[in-house]
Amino acid sequence: MSVEFHHKIHDTLADANLQLAIYTATGRLKEKRIEAVASDILPDYQELRSHANAIKKHTIENLDHYLEEFERNVTAHGSKVVYCKDATEVADFVLGLAKQRGARLIVKSKSMTTEEVDLNERLEHHGLESVETDLGEYILQLAHEKPYHIVAPALHKTRYDVAEIFTKRLNVPNEVVIEKQTAIARAVLRQKFLAADMGISGANFLVADSGAVVIIENEGNARLTTSAPKVHIAVAGIEKLIPRAQDVATFLKLLARSATGQLLSVYSSFLSGPRRPGEVDGPEEFYVVLVDNGRSRLLPDRAKRQSLYCIRCGACLNTCPVYRKIGGHSFPWVYSGPIGAIITPQFMGVTHEPGLPFASSLCGACAEVCPVKIDIPRVLLELRSDVKKAEAREGQNRIEKVAFRVFAWVMSHPRVYEMAGRMAASMAPSPDGGWIRNVPPPMNIGPAQAWLSQRDLPPSPSMSFREMWRKRGGR
Amino acid sequence: MSRDHILHRVRTALGRSAGQEPAPPPPVRLRVPEVPRDLRVSSFIARLEALAGHAQRVPSQSAARDLVAAAIAGRTAVASNSPYLAECGITSLPGVRSGIRDVNELRDACEKADVGITSADYALGDTGTLVMIASPAEARLVSLLPPAHIAVVPCDRILTGLDELFTVLPRPADQTSSMVLITGPSRTADIEQILVRGVHGPGQISVFLVE
Amino acid sequence: MGNRVSLFVTCIVDQLFPKVGMAMAEVLERLGYQVDFPEEQTCCGQPAFNSGYRAEARIVARHFLKTFEACETIVAPSGSCTSMVIHHFAELFQKDPETLARVHALEKRVYEFSTFLTAVAGVEDVGARMDAVATFHDGCHALRELGIKAAPRRLLAHVRGLELREMTPAEECCGFGGTFSVKFAELSGAMARTKLEAIERTGADTVVSLDPSCLMQIQGALSRAGSPIRTMHLAEVLASR
Repeated sequence: MSVEFHHKIHDTLADANLQLAIYTATGRLKEKRIEAVASDILPDYQELRSHANAIKKHTIENLDHYLEEFERNVTAHGSKVVYCKDATEVADFVLGLAKQRGARLIVKSKSMTTEEVDLNERLEHHGLESVETDLGEYILQLAHEKPYHIVAPALHKTRYDVAEIFTKRLNVPNEVVIEKQTAIARAVLRQKFLAADMGISGANFLVADSGAVVIIENEGNARLTTSAPKVHIAVAGIEKLIPRAQDVATFLKLLARSATGQLLSVYSSFLSGPRRPGEVDGPEEFYVVLVDNGRSRLLPDRAKRQSLYCIRCGACLNTCPVYRKIGGHSFPWVYSGPIGAIITPQFMGVTHEPGLPFASSLCGACAEVCPVKIDIPRVLLELRSDVKKAEAREGQNRIEKVAFRVFAWVMSHPRVYEMAGRMAASMAPSPDGGWIRNVPPPMNIGPAQAWLSQRDLPPSPSMSFREMWRKRGGR
Repeated sequence: MSRDHILHRVRTALGRSAGQEPAPPPPVRLRVPEVPRDLRVSSFIARLEALAGHAQRVPSQSAARDLVAAAIAGRTAVASNSPYLAECGITSLPGVRSGIRDVNELRDACEKADVGITSADYALGDTGTLVMIASPAEARLVSLLPPAHIAVVPCDRILTGLDELFTVLPRPADQTSSMVLITGPSRTADIEQILVRGVHGPGQISVFLVE
Repeated sequence: MGNRVSLFVTCIVDQLFPKVGMAMAEVLERLGYQVDFPEEQTCCGQPAFNSGYRAEARIVARHFLKTFEACETIVAPSGSCTSMVIHHFAELFQKDPETLARVHALEKRVYEFSTFLTAVAGVEDVGARMDAVATFHDGCHALRELGIKAAPRRLLAHVRGLELREMTPAEECCGFGGTFSVKFAELSGAMARTKLEAIERTGADTVVSLDPSCLMQIQGALSRAGSPIRTMHLAEVLASR
């Protein structure tokens, strides 16, 4: 792994307050999810998961068809679909439209896809004011930080952190009461909503048969973002498609429960275009920006394309024993947790952070909670193999490669294996048969040293099993 | 053109050709349970109350009107153009502005009002959800901008749940630009996981279910 | 099903925890099985597979096939090794239909120990006795890849003198994860210490698991912490009299 990755992990592990914050917050979400999907509360939970997986699988396998159907239906409602292959094209489109409409102020609701393409930075660079309106994202925007968690972006911030940020950036007196902090943000953002020229949202789902976007939220900021300004732009990855409005029911039943344990989020919006004739309010213009940004590169791989089924619920983060220790900022990209670990190497290339697929004990808890049944451990294993192949090509990590070649050879030659075992046993100190605290040089290097940094080593038994068995007269 | 470029890449990756028919999708999965109306009503009330919303069954339209009058006493209110509200006599209550058809006027009224009053197209019994469909009768901002939301809904619009909603309304986009499912007051737990209500949307929600 | 059983003890038991293998053999023999130990056995290849070295894992897997193909029934004292054979070997030979067929034929005959006892031998009471307050740690592969949860508990419920207490939270990874334990040592150690806290909260004096690698991680952490709590493999508990 890179030195940076190693340091970030270390720094997070060493921060006791942060450890408590991460563990408690994710623990709460984890427990709430368990309650919400318990077999007496949601008896068809497993069936729904299988169905959601089947819908996503089918849609991804026929993605071009559904993209075109979606586009036809969006257009039929008087809106426009804009395909963007990368971050630059997304920014160019938004900037171009803003210029045409004389837009200066943009309000944004939560969208990991817009984080992915650094949209705010690009807009600000061109003199536009783009304000995050989800409370957690707003706090982070003021603090110039990336989200810590897919669903709870400011998980790592205490009320004192927030007070400091607000005082510094909003010029308000120091306020540590959370309700009052929320009221401060509400007042500021209300003005933005009502003055904004454009609203940019994400989309949890894109519905092909309706030309509609589905947006899930609890605060109401997405509703305001998509209803108050004259222009609404929904930005979504091409993988967000589902075939039919009637499929939304299955996903709504899974998403909020998996994310926070709520039966449904407070607001689920099903938006299919600008204000229709007779409707009193709503935007005058509606655009859906379909983002590729590397998704089409994932598609050919049959074993790994299931990574695109993700509905961004965050359940895998909340249940992952690794995420719950290293937190969101240890990850190299905007997506963290198990889902981040599998999509980052596929978007950025496996050598971007070669340690990432290995930062997992493969416990499988993520796969167990994923509402769309992504087999995350399976994808991690594939990525590990990809990393090693890349390293072999680049001539990196040769020692490890040789070590495993030797391993394979020893393990396919039983006499050698036995001898190696006896040799290792004879070198290992076990004075009183107790577990070993440290080993003398030259053995205190590499894996032995790493192991011993955290726990004791088992003593070598006086006889291996096969020696005992032979002694016993077994066959 | 990025459109053709992206579609081409997607097709190539999937081994599909342009215009190729997809395999049939998994069948739609909607299971509508049989739940007697009384139970749907009581379930709706229990669910919304569990979310710190207020809900109650009301014996008549005039009773609804009286309750709304009491709730908005001394406060300013905007009501949607729902014929049902007019039927109940709510739009003519003192302090209630209604019949707004101009978007700027509506924004202004909703921004200043203490309470937004709407009906609802449907309600979902198993989650305590209001289904608001944008139309000449129901504007989006009435249930969104004012800090309190009152909804007056006839009991026979209460469905069992999502599955029934998408059974009676298989393609909402055919009739509206916006369908919003509202389940309780606006909330966040973004700071230290402490729950705060009324972030951007209304922090108070009251639903009167009329027999 | 005949009464011959072949032991796949696993390399970690062979080299580090031989008593576990002996205990497993003892329990099986007491139940009337004829137990043999194919001497050519070494390892299931999991370390290579988990580290991304599939070609190397294939070599070891082939050797495993050769060693065990002729055996009627194979029993292993490890969830992770059993899962490697019955779930992951097939992934290694997707492009080799002949070997894949041999893998599929073998998969059906490989059992984790507690599964063998309860589902194949059909026993829950093996006549064991041990005075202890124990808690059971579910190894992740056993739990999630093999679906093992009830079997070891039913077996432990019949051990006279044993009080079983469940951990809260339950089902959390001990942090071993193979080479993860040394590649991400600090993180692995932190996960182990969280597991220790859960164990200590039960008040148990013994931690039981059916995975030797989890036991190595947990015992290593207990020992480092100077804790008097001991670990035992399920086979050792079941062999106790």
